[in-house]
Amino acid sequence: MSISIIRSNMMLLVVSCCVLFSCKVKDSDIASAITSLTSAIPGASSVTPDVKDGVVTISGAFPSDSAKSAYDAVVKGIKGVNTVTDNTTITPPPPPPAPVVISPDSALTTGVADATKDYPSVQTSVNDGVVTLTGDIKRADLQKLMESLHSLKPKKIVNNLTIK
Amino acid sequence: MALQDKYKPLTDAASSLGVTNLQVREQNNVLYVDGDAPSGDVKDKLWDIYNQLDPDYRAGDLVLNVNISGMVGGVQAQVVTDESNLNVRKGPGTDQPVVGKAAHASTVTLISKTNDQWWLIKTAAGEEGYAYAQYLKPI
Repeated sequence: MSISIIRSNMMLLVVSCCVLFSCKVKDSDIASAITSLTSAIPGASSVTPDVKDGVVTISGAFPSDSAKSAYDAVVKGIKGVNTVTDNTTITPPPPPPAPVVISPDSALTTGVADATKDYPSVQTSVNDGVVTLTGDIKRADLQKLMESLHSLKPKKIVNNLTIK
Repeated sequence: MALQDKYKPLTDAASSLGVTNLQVREQNNVLYVDGDAPSGDVKDKLWDIYNQLDPDYRAGDLVLNVNISGMVGGVQAQVVTDESNLNVRKGPGTDQPVVGKAAHASTVTLISKTNDQWWLIKTAAGEEGYAYAQYLKPI
């Protein structure tokens, strides 16, 4: 008899708790739900969601607008989240690499003459940045010659040398 | 992209061997790899890899411009000619008159860089002039 009274009292306590505090989801549970549900969204690891009383404040930077809105949508759908304040920014994409600088033919011609001075059996021509090699060279000298020619910033080196 | 794949072992090695200012760019079917190698040995290694990937450098699809970062004014460098003495010239160019010689395997002082090919140097005998950078290796 007394046991059943205690039981029903406890039931009442639990029910009234739920009514009074609307069965609050713990902030830490919200935080871990955010982490697991957003893990596939690009940039999710570089933002920080701060959860306090069901209010989620997100800071950091996303790589794109679409990642930011996908993240926000997921967070808004998590049970227990009342408000989402997104303070994140969008990281601009890195600038495209600078175009390759090709030396003008006049500089290439001078440079090629210097580089091949010690290899009289090598003939060269320079045309629109392309250095063409003909004639012959000893295998032992090939790499040294190539190193000098590559440092001249040509567009391309066409190696038609006969290697002896 | 195919070129970047072909030369991936080279660019990977460049990163792992500590090449700085590394730039890998593809333009009109030629891959341009630029950077500063920490030593002459690293530069040699990269050229060995290049030769493995494209034997005798026949394909004409790579321009490998790797300089040695230790080449700076004020440091000592060794003359690394095959056996001959290195010409020291009045100006930066083989059309310039020879004003002195730096002995094979001798040590010279780098004064200032004109470009990737030519350095103003001072020989052990005190002669100043321009020498071809390829025959100088920083100590």
